[in-house]
Amino acid sequence: MANERLFEEMTDAVVAGLPDKARELANEALRAGVDPLEAIEQGFKPGMDVVGEGFAKGDLFIPDLMMSGEAMKVAIATLEPEMMKRKQQRKTLGKVVVGTVQGDIHEIGKTLVATMLAANGFEVRDLGVDVSPQQFVDAVREVAPDVVGLSALLTTTMLNQEAVILTLKEAGLREQLKVIVGGVPASPEWAEEIGADGYAENATEAVEVVKRLVQ
Amino acid sequence: MRADILERLASGNVLIADGATGTMLQAAGLPTGTPGEAWVLERPEEIKRLHRAYVAAGSQLVLTTTFGGARARLKAAGLDVQVAEINRRAAELARQVAGDNLYVAGDVGPTGEMMVPLGPLTYEAAVELFAEQSRALAAGGADVIYVETMSDLNEARAAVEGARQGCDLPVFCTFSFDTHGCTSMGVSPPQAAQAMAALGVPAIGANCGHAPEKLLDILPQMHETAPDAYLIAKPNAGIPRMVKRQVVYDATPERMADLTVRYVELGARIVGTCCGSSPAYIIAIREAVLS
Repeated sequence: MANERLFEEMTDAVVAGLPDKARELANEALRAGVDPLEAIEQGFKPGMDVVGEGFAKGDLFIPDLMMSGEAMKVAIATLEPEMMKRKQQRKTLGKVVVGTVQGDIHEIGKTLVATMLAANGFEVRDLGVDVSPQQFVDAVREVAPDVVGLSALLTTTMLNQEAVILTLKEAGLREQLKVIVGGVPASPEWAEEIGADGYAENATEAVEVVKRLVQ
Repeated sequence: MRADILERLASGNVLIADGATGTMLQAAGLPTGTPGEAWVLERPEEIKRLHRAYVAAGSQLVLTTTFGGARARLKAAGLDVQVAEINRRAAELARQVAGDNLYVAGDVGPTGEMMVPLGPLTYEAAVELFAEQSRALAAGGADVIYVETMSDLNEARAAVEGARQGCDLPVFCTFSFDTHGCTSMGVSPPQAAQAMAALGVPAIGANCGHAPEKLLDILPQMHETAPDAYLIAKPNAGIPRMVKRQVVYDATPERMADLTVRYVELGARIVGTCCGSSPAYIIAIREAVLS
């Protein structure tokens, strides 16, 4: 089928990390009257699966994941107006708020997690870096997420992951959501010690952990 | 009086660098989120105290407290109006402790920004940042511009080029191979070695990173690709874990000393250690290497 060939090209464009090519293919799909939701789920999204797997295995690295994420983002943005016209929506797996904790300005790991979650169908609010416990609380009140993801690269700032959890508790918000932690010094033991619900080693694993938590 | 650092390396004798800076300054009271560079002007005595502790332990190459001394990085802490002053002063502080006989390495870390096309930083802008920092480090009395913890090959190239624009000192460059044997940006040890050899960088190697055992695999790969370059080995004291609210690095001074002996057997000529270490590690490394 013609669509199948187009979908394959879409997958390849995401795997190769080519945003311009992804936009071109999305437009081609629109012109051909292809269902935009199918283009995303059967065309572009499988590319992110391939890249996520390669990243977890160590065949692919940060630049690959970033460029593929960009291609995915461009494709969705191109298809979105037509989806709205058709009153379609990607099936949302859940809402996630992510951020790098206070005192820590390391962005990449957190952004990769946000990218992979979004590509997999989660609604993601990225609060950026150096996010205070109060800012997390404010965002939770506004977004009502299913999961909050706390990133910290440094041994000195990972204690602030716990500070966020405590502040969520004080605000009476902890019970309504799950918390995951990540970052170089974090570990499953650390997650347990500070009362988080999950830990992920990398962005690919984070998707699996969040999926499990929202079930 | 010390010989030129390249002559010193040509002698074949191992040069002992130092250990962690950031975690040591934090132990001395540097608040979380405040970069060590802030203390260069605010509390220079603390910086010198740390250098003295490493020199007393046996360090012959003292790294300046300027890992985050590039303008782009200092900006995050509101210190970017003092880029030249901080870097020059940091080199002066290290020189005051190192005296005439020991070496001062003008430490240069990543800018903290991603390079085009992944981020906003162009190659030219990166060269300019590194040139500015290197100029000040040289003015303060550094013997070498010591680029470390690189993960993006283009940023490493920009650092080398910038250092050469900013001053006449030799440039060394080490990478952090912390992701499946490569840097987080996917640069393999042979790729790093080849790129640095092409630029004529005389000393290359690995610092920070993941488990220090990995250097036993990384160093030979770099040596094979760039046999003329001196090798540098300055890994973390193991992997950090939080145990009962305390950060614990899992390699002891004795373990790091044993590993360092093997790095030297593999050709390393500058050795030291990185995050999680202390002067006790340098004492152990020095004893093991010299015996």
